[in-house]
Amino acid sequence: MTVVTVLAMAMISVGALLSTYRLVVGPSLADRVVATDMLLTLLTGGAGVLAFRTGEGVYLVVMVVTAVLGFLGTSMVARFIEGRGA
Amino acid sequence: MSVGEVVASVLVLLGAALSLLAGIGLVHLPDVFGRMHAATKPATLGLVLICVGAAVSTGDVPDVAKLALVVALQFLTAPVGAHMVGRAAYHAGGLLSPGTVLDELAAEREGGGVER
Repeated sequence: MTVVTVLAMAMISVGALLSTYRLVVGPSLADRVVATDMLLTLLTGGAGVLAFRTGEGVYLVVMVVTAVLGFLGTSMVARFIEGRGA
Repeated sequence: MSVGEVVASVLVLLGAALSLLAGIGLVHLPDVFGRMHAATKPATLGLVLICVGAAVSTGDVPDVAKLALVVALQFLTAPVGAHMVGRAAYHAGGLLSPGTVLDELAAEREGGGVER
């Protein structure tokens, strides 16, 4: 269990690092939106791994909230790009 | 370890591996649309794998219901969000990679007939 958790968290962390690179480098606003959306998805996945490890229900609420937040943020910035251009 | 724990561990590891692959794709691919293609894999399949793994691991009915809610939300919202970003990025223009082979909307866009 511990080995699995550490491995899964390591892979998710490397994924988050790589998408942070894309978030910083860009070059366009749309790239940054995609990277931010992926960061939130990875946060949801990480909370899922913690729920798998500890069996505590708190992390599941966090997962529901981040899943909704990801969609709200992405669609809002997408509307902004439609109006302004990337 | 019981059989359920082994199954849950494999599922969680597969989901995490998809996250890693998506990170690599996000850095490596040349334009927004390719990056989006890479980034939407862990948003649906990876998260479903992790959620099923956690559900097998806990087996508690209220917890499984919450995980099912997360999966349902993600399946409803991830394609819509990706579609909105892709549409906005395409209309903004200039974001296609130079290596793009086929742009089926190009004629329509140059004719000015694109409806928003």
